[in-house]
Amino acid sequence: MELSFTQGRWNYERWGGFDPVPSNNAKPPGVELWAVFDVPHYQVDASWKNLTHALSGLFCASINFLESSTSYSAPQWGFHSASGNLRYGTLPREAVCTENLTPWLKLLPCRDKAGISALMDRPSIYKGFYHSQRLHLTGKGFDSDGVDSGIVLQQTLTVVLQPNEKRTPVTSLETKFQPSWSLTSIFGRKVSGSCVLAKSSTVYLQLDRDLVAELKNLQKHNEIAVAENVNYEGLRSGYGFQLSVEPDKVLEEVNGSHGTSPSLLYVFSVEKHSESEPFDLGLTWKIPVAWSCQQAPLHASRFLMGSGNERGAIAISFESTRLSEWLLHSDAIDSCELPVKIFQVVPWYIKVYYHTLQVYVDEQQQAISDVVDKIHVSPSEDKVSPGMMEMILKFPCRMKSAVATLEFDKGFLHIDEYPPDANQGFDIPSAVISYPDFYSSTQFGDDKSLEALPILAKFQENNSVVSYTEVLLVPLTTPDFSMPYNVITITCTIFALYFGSLLNVLRRRVGEEERFLKSKDAKKGGPISQFLSKLSAKLTGRPLETPQSPTSTSSSFISSKLILKVVLVAGIAIVWHFYLE
Amino acid sequence: MAAKEGRFWGWAFASVIFRLILIYFPNNLNLSSRPEVSTPLTSLRRLAEGYWLKQSSLSPYAGSMYHGSPLLLYVLGPLTAKSLVFVIADVVNALLIRVIGQNLQISYNQRLKALSLDAIPKEKAILPSRDIAALVYLWNPFTIVSCVGLSTSPIENMAVILSLYGACTRYGPETPPRKLFDGKVEDSASSNHSHRAMKQQGAATIFSWKPVLKFLMWSVVWSIYVLVLCGLCVRHYGGLHEMFKRTYGFILTVPDLSPNIGVLWYFFAEVFEFFRNFFLIVFHMNILFMVLPLAIRLNHRPCFLAFVYIAISSMLKSYPSVGDAALYLGLLGLFVNELAGKFIDMQFSFFLFCVYVGVSLLSPVMHNLWIWRGTGNANFYFATAMAYACFQIVLVVESVSAMLSHDRKLKKLSIAKHQESKSQQHSTNDLSDSRTRTTVKSAVASWIEDLCILRNNAFLLSI
Repeated sequence: MELSFTQGRWNYERWGGFDPVPSNNAKPPGVELWAVFDVPHYQVDASWKNLTHALSGLFCASINFLESSTSYSAPQWGFHSASGNLRYGTLPREAVCTENLTPWLKLLPCRDKAGISALMDRPSIYKGFYHSQRLHLTGKGFDSDGVDSGIVLQQTLTVVLQPNEKRTPVTSLETKFQPSWSLTSIFGRKVSGSCVLAKSSTVYLQLDRDLVAELKNLQKHNEIAVAENVNYEGLRSGYGFQLSVEPDKVLEEVNGSHGTSPSLLYVFSVEKHSESEPFDLGLTWKIPVAWSCQQAPLHASRFLMGSGNERGAIAISFESTRLSEWLLHSDAIDSCELPVKIFQVVPWYIKVYYHTLQVYVDEQQQAISDVVDKIHVSPSEDKVSPGMMEMILKFPCRMKSAVATLEFDKGFLHIDEYPPDANQGFDIPSAVISYPDFYSSTQFGDDKSLEALPILAKFQENNSVVSYTEVLLVPLTTPDFSMPYNVITITCTIFALYFGSLLNVLRRRVGEEERFLKSKDAKKGGPISQFLSKLSAKLTGRPLETPQSPTSTSSSFISSKLILKVVLVAGIAIVWHFYLE
Repeated sequence: MAAKEGRFWGWAFASVIFRLILIYFPNNLNLSSRPEVSTPLTSLRRLAEGYWLKQSSLSPYAGSMYHGSPLLLYVLGPLTAKSLVFVIADVVNALLIRVIGQNLQISYNQRLKALSLDAIPKEKAILPSRDIAALVYLWNPFTIVSCVGLSTSPIENMAVILSLYGACTRYGPETPPRKLFDGKVEDSASSNHSHRAMKQQGAATIFSWKPVLKFLMWSVVWSIYVLVLCGLCVRHYGGLHEMFKRTYGFILTVPDLSPNIGVLWYFFAEVFEFFRNFFLIVFHMNILFMVLPLAIRLNHRPCFLAFVYIAISSMLKSYPSVGDAALYLGLLGLFVNELAGKFIDMQFSFFLFCVYVGVSLLSPVMHNLWIWRGTGNANFYFATAMAYACFQIVLVVESVSAMLSHDRKLKKLSIAKHQESKSQQHSTNDLSDSRTRTTVKSAVASWIEDLCILRNNAFLLSI
């Protein structure tokens, strides 16, 4: 089971999309929950409901909205390769705040009182660009003798923070210095020793591959330019920057098969530090350096097309990044293919026409059978289940850009189904894009003992590169919310008009009316009634006819009949009452 | 006569050319996504989606997209791109209407002759009513829009008109089926008037069940055949139960609230959830309520009765489209002599025409304002839907009342004629027959007509 609360969107261009950190920890905005159930097939949905309610209570979030079948789906292979027991649901609009962080911190041994978690200063965390808290539960399964060997709980907090100095964009000129930072300047707190209950408490600082390469380049450049007076410190101590705390260990990535320089990992142990000597890691840049993080093979983004509130189209566009170019150079085969797995959930009021799927590669439309390798669609049922699409596309490696479009109609909801802020629009959850051929594993050192460190083991897991697209906001047409009574009355009037006038036409007998008229004429009533009948005849424009008024005659007889009827009805009611009892 | 014939064919040909021009217009008119044309039932895009789902071995009804018959999917699925089918269907419809009109004219003239009231309708008409009806059908903007806009309604209209045509050719229209009353004809020919009225009472008892049973048997056989075919089509996807739920259940429960030219979508979008079932029952019962009274009152005019039924059902159905309106407006042309003839003139006909033009112009404007520009409100569009519903109601009510008073006038004339020449022996008078007939008989006759309508539905289901 994995639950994540996220605020902000992971910027894949600036913060990278290939490393273990973005692949594992970058999450779509709002709440994302998925769980694999180890129960019989028919109990999965019930277990999911229980889980959502339990989590909703634990984390003070509206996860219980995931209970209804319109909000979760059961991906077959598009999301994780689990059997049919996987359920996946997202709430893109969930606002994440401290009330969600506090219960998360409560699960830690020392809460936020001691150890690294003491850094969790709420204002500084929520001030950042991106903040994602994640809870990962893995059942270890059962032993052979049936003893439950326990559940592993992983808690991850991913924060992208802005150093306190004036912001300098990474993409700007190289003459600018990168902002220097320290833990105190970022979090406003210091780590004073580790939590007593913790087995190990370690801070890692990773230098990106590209950064290391850039530094090496600069170093070489400088060596050539100023051959003398080089204070060669070596990579281990850092070339262009100064660390305020001496690292305990420096690990180097071993699988340098990517052709770039290996990334570096500095390990700092917090345990040595104490109250008197707080741990305050800082990094000061000595030379200007600019680098970019390693990107996912394709940069995926999703957007809406069309205008108006009747229909539109979803487009997922892919743009080639440096990595795929490099991949092309290394392979140098024209027929190489780049598989891309797309998993997309669409709420039912977005009625997607799956037959309108079109794929454009380099702005040329491609036949679906050429590009789509595998597709699984479960269309949405109105008010029952969301639509889900899992698809593997195969793009040629050389391509610059590709777009996949799907058309849809916007549905119309009952007024009770609109949220209070109906005119804001509705969210389509993020699509999950993964690249099955690329793995985001990073291996540090051959030493077996290192694998005991949990974060390194995490880095070494062979997960395919995953990225999430933007959440889309779809405005839907709204009816007039203030009018139900008017609509009901006017519509019923129309139906009454139809029924009454048609029945009136059908039951009218002209012959009898004429006869009745003649008899009336023969009777020659008083002058007032005659005048009235003339008036009515003039008003209606019909030949002279008088309204029947049998009620005036024999009123006593009718009243006695009426009394009889009332007594009869009352008797029936009493009998009914007693019979029921 | 030949000139008139030529003029008809010229106009019909011109309408086909006009459709072809519109279809192969370089700019797409985007008619296929108009709410007036494509309801959830008639949208060709939804049919294509259902066909795609079926091709990819999913149930065509998965995803609440397609709600038609599975057989229609087989017929139309491969043809979704070719709009020529709809032009052909329209032309066939018009020709069938023309043939129906011819039958109707013959029987009407026969009856007038029988009443010795002939020499009335022939001279001043520009075109015979059958040609007027066919041309009204072909040139009605509603028909053109639903044909060019690629909805399935021309095909459905074809099914309805085909069954109507079948019903007309067997027994001849405008009289109850003669074969049902075997002994009647020679009786009325031989006996005198006063005696015949006595005999009529007896004729009711020698009502023969054979054709009724035959009809019942054939309709049962046909519907079983169709159901078996449908069952074969959907046997992997939940069977007939699923099919009924997705087609008729969808029509009856009105789950899709996207705007159309009817009034039910907005009503059910606004109405409180706990009243929903009640109003569903009331609105659908409204269609059925009128079946029996109309049948009793109009039993001597089965064709007109069919027109009224079609008009009412297309007025009150859950997802009406302009294709339905095109059908009954075309059929209305068949009765142009009766409704606007010498005896009686239909009331409000100019007013109705103005409402028709006004609604068909205003409704797209209001829809555009609401959906595309976002400046309008749903109520504006709903108001035009209201006006449209009123237009249909007034049209049906006025045409029924005009038809009834026309028959009344005929009866008066014939009675006057009869009193003039009382000694004449052969004043066989179907119309006065119809008055003297017992209610049992008329109910049975109307029942037969209902069965014809049912057969329409069976045929619709088949396609």
